[in-house]
Amino acid sequence: MAVRVGVVTFPGSLDDRDALRAIEFAGGVGVPLWHADPDLQGVDAVILPGGFSYGDYLRCGAIARYAPVMASVVAGAKDGLPVLGICNGFQVLCESHLLPGALIRNDHRRFVCRDQALRMLNTTSRWTSAYRPDQVITIPIKNGEGGYVADAATLDKLERDGRIVARYVHGNPNGSYRDIAGVTNKAGNVVGLMPHPEHAVESLTGPGTDGLGFFLSLIGVRDEVDA
Amino acid sequence: MPVVVVDVVLKPEILDPQGQAILGAVNRLGIAGVTSVRQGKHFELDVADDFDDEAVATLADSLLSNPVIETFTIHRP
Repeated sequence: MAVRVGVVTFPGSLDDRDALRAIEFAGGVGVPLWHADPDLQGVDAVILPGGFSYGDYLRCGAIARYAPVMASVVAGAKDGLPVLGICNGFQVLCESHLLPGALIRNDHRRFVCRDQALRMLNTTSRWTSAYRPDQVITIPIKNGEGGYVADAATLDKLERDGRIVARYVHGNPNGSYRDIAGVTNKAGNVVGLMPHPEHAVESLTGPGTDGLGFFLSLIGVRDEVDA
Repeated sequence: MPVVVVDVVLKPEILDPQGQAILGAVNRLGIAGVTSVRQGKHFELDVADDFDDEAVATLADSLLSNPVIETFTIHRP
């Protein structure tokens, strides 16, 4: 049976449609979920998409964290439900304390929008197993508050435990500590990533198809991505 | 109805790009003597008489601030 992946739409989400489309490209079934409805409709995984939920009021992701759907997502994640947070979704996962650290304004204080090279590090998480360790991929990045920060002890532990999913290469776009582009939780089911794999699933509209591996990883297709 | 104030600032080890931008503007104004700016948030809450500091702290810790990067102080003016 096809893997069903829910994508939450918050007020101010932008990339929910692209995430649903990426799931379909990877052979899954996309299921739209609504921020005000705690029912996850029995999905096999959840994506929190990019955008500006609740207008980025207070802090990015801080209001979304308390949306009715998030109680179900947090409970599910603690039980092993695969959850991928992209950009604003990563911010929501950090605010929810499902992932360590936080995301702050880019150090250069400008919005960044470009194709970005990443080195894949953890390739055992539920969302990254289609990649090879040290594989370099290129996908778009677009954020104003994408600087990943955490205290030194947390960063050391993430490195020691192999929980850094990807690092920026050929230039750090936002001042993220230790060039961190994405991290995973201890169990490997929750992944947060600042760049946008859902915008790189077909060569017509993106820099390539390097992003597809995140979705193929979940849906169970391995070794398909050869960037 | 009592007023309670919560001030939230970034922890010292967290970079503050907005504070840096403000410092840049201070320098452009030609004002000498300011060497650093750290900016934060100021919340004024109207609360019930029995809404004590412990309740405020719970709210500040869960919503008004992110304890990963920020600290807060509570004042009753």
